[in-house]
Amino acid sequence: MSAFTDPPKESFRLGMLIYDTRYRSMTIQIVALIAFLAGAAWLVNNAANNLAALGKPLQFSFLWEPSGYDINQRLIEYNSQSPHIRAAFVGLINTLIIAVMGCTTATILGVVIGVLRLSKNWLVSKLMTVYIETFRNVPVLLWIVFTMAIFIETMPAPREFRSGAATMKLFDSVAFTNRGFYIPEPLFSNSLGNIDVFGIFKISNDLLAVIAVLVVSFLLQRAVKRRADKIQEATGIRPVTWWQRVGLMFIPIVVLLYVLGFHLGYPELKGFNFKGGIHLRNSLISLWIALSLYTAAFIAEAVRAGIMAVSKGQSEAAFALGLTASQTMNLVILPQALRVIIPPLISQYLNLTKNSSLAIAVGYMDITGTLAGITLNQTGREMETLILLMLVYLTISLSISSVMNWYNNAVKLKER
Amino acid sequence: MKKSAFFGALTVAGFAAAMASAGTLDDVKAKGFLQCGVSTGLVGFAAPDSNGNWAGFDVSLCRAVAAAVLGDPQAVKFTPTTGKTRFTALASGEVDMLARNTTWTFSRDVDLKFTFDGINYYDGQGFMVPKSLGVSSAKELDGATVCIQTGTTTELNLADFFRANKMKYEPVPIETNAEARQQFLAGACDVYTTDRSGLAATRATFENPDNYVVLPEVISKEPLGPLTRQGDDQWSDIVRWTLNALISAEELGITSANIDELAKGTNNPEINRILGTEGNLGGMLGLDKKWAYNAIKAGGNYGEIFEKYIGEKTAIGLSRGLNAQWKDGGLIYSPPFR
Repeated sequence: MSAFTDPPKESFRLGMLIYDTRYRSMTIQIVALIAFLAGAAWLVNNAANNLAALGKPLQFSFLWEPSGYDINQRLIEYNSQSPHIRAAFVGLINTLIIAVMGCTTATILGVVIGVLRLSKNWLVSKLMTVYIETFRNVPVLLWIVFTMAIFIETMPAPREFRSGAATMKLFDSVAFTNRGFYIPEPLFSNSLGNIDVFGIFKISNDLLAVIAVLVVSFLLQRAVKRRADKIQEATGIRPVTWWQRVGLMFIPIVVLLYVLGFHLGYPELKGFNFKGGIHLRNSLISLWIALSLYTAAFIAEAVRAGIMAVSKGQSEAAFALGLTASQTMNLVILPQALRVIIPPLISQYLNLTKNSSLAIAVGYMDITGTLAGITLNQTGREMETLILLMLVYLTISLSISSVMNWYNNAVKLKER
Repeated sequence: MKKSAFFGALTVAGFAAAMASAGTLDDVKAKGFLQCGVSTGLVGFAAPDSNGNWAGFDVSLCRAVAAAVLGDPQAVKFTPTTGKTRFTALASGEVDMLARNTTWTFSRDVDLKFTFDGINYYDGQGFMVPKSLGVSSAKELDGATVCIQTGTTTELNLADFFRANKMKYEPVPIETNAEARQQFLAGACDVYTTDRSGLAATRATFENPDNYVVLPEVISKEPLGPLTRQGDDQWSDIVRWTLNALISAEELGITSANIDELAKGTNNPEINRILGTEGNLGGMLGLDKKWAYNAIKAGGNYGEIFEKYIGEKTAIGLSRGLNAQWKDGGLIYSPPFR
């Protein structure tokens, strides 16, 4: 006879789904899931039915029809005969440009301002407080429109350059007008041509060559440094390598530029506008400035929070070791503060990218302006374009956060 | 409608695929007012005055429809729409009709699923430049920076015009007329292009209108008219025949001054049919017998509205041109009331 008895084997009854705590939570979850799915299905079905009733069933073939409109800022080839999908790509590239430019500037400004707000200098810290509070408490759309208005009203129009009321700056190489900035462009007289990538867009071989040479020089230069480090560790004497490193960094690129026949193309006033050079449009610049300044205010607060989260003992210890104030900040405080700063920084990057969809307020043709603006309007495909647009922003945002999360994992406190 | 309103709130775009089935008339009657989509402010066509009351050529059509349907020209709520938002506003049921310098085109009529209910202004796209630029023809605009209202037919015409003439230009897309005005006056664009009526209206608001010229070229046909959702024929008929009533009224000499006199009965059977003293045209539309009487009484006939808001005596100063009655050599023509 066995010493223990089996627990009474109950057969499963339906009522147990509710009265038995082992199953109840599962039941609730399944019911909630079914309700959610049913709700979602009903919404999708309703949309499909209503679109069908309107005679506009969901279809994406319009994307391959000629767009018919022109876009001013385009980094890939595009004209009014290109399909809508290409217009969307032009817009997507413009969105990415503003996102990258904005995030970079906002980070630099934000870190500087955040640190300065903690300054012991009363005036500096109060000025930064005023900056942060004004920028983050006014809607970003107003900042964008405001920057653009100032830009248009205060800068001279190109025709004032003809009458002599305005002149070009920096040895006649740069023109600041209310249509944007015209700066010199790099040109190559012995150009290597372009690579056609699947016939979709072209990449300049010159640019690729320059990048390749720069990367190789940098790696070689690092190798020299590592060798010097090794010798120093082994012998205690550091060989003099600065001239090797400078040479490796600059000679190859100078030679390459000479071979390619590098020269600058200067902007020149011809007809209505400046021709030649690179045109940084007023819309791009004002959007960039406004988004950077606005987001910088939030980043500054994140930076301040991060710095304040590092315990006071750390800076006291650093001072005790004889580190200067800036060394303490750069070597001790900031590396530790980064762990606190990065998570809110990710969401600020996402915010900036999403806020860039306000671009149409100043006529910057980002993807909201092309795909969900003109294309939507000319084709009347609201549902399709907006679904695509949401997917695009979702993809951009998820990419940003995965990169940033990877970085966060790299710098966060390693616990073993 | 409730179903689609709920759905609209849930979609990010706020775009509800409203049912296009019949019922706008019943909706309007139940609401007690007409929701009319107009432009965001184009003096002469649709702009709020100093008291906040909307007035203008397009606004008058909304008021006429409200008078025809509800008997009260004031029973209108106006939704300002941009070139970009107007079609979504109409398709989603946010507005009952659009009276907003909208060009009748094939794709809008067929593909966007709207019904154009006639033409109240025959227009064409033109260019405005500062006189100081010294340009006398649009063919000299190679390389110019051009301000355009985004989401309009003008955007497409412009691309076609410059392509056909092998010229380059820099488009500056803007959303509203006010932004265009700011950029144009500051010299951020050399040229402003839109329908010539719009150019005239915008120029009239400048401090020194004489410093700006509208170039002679007309690069497109822009028949502007009211539109409604496709599939609600009764409602479309009401808007179409209200416009026709205003046009016929001018042709037949019915004015806001003599309408009460004429409504007592005349020898002209067509006037009698329009004003409801003979036959029952209103009943066929599902409206009151006095529908056209109310519509004309609201702001006068087509000619009176034209002269009052955009005619030669106003700051906008448009001549009738193509928009004269057919018997005066224009294109304005109404089918008979019979």
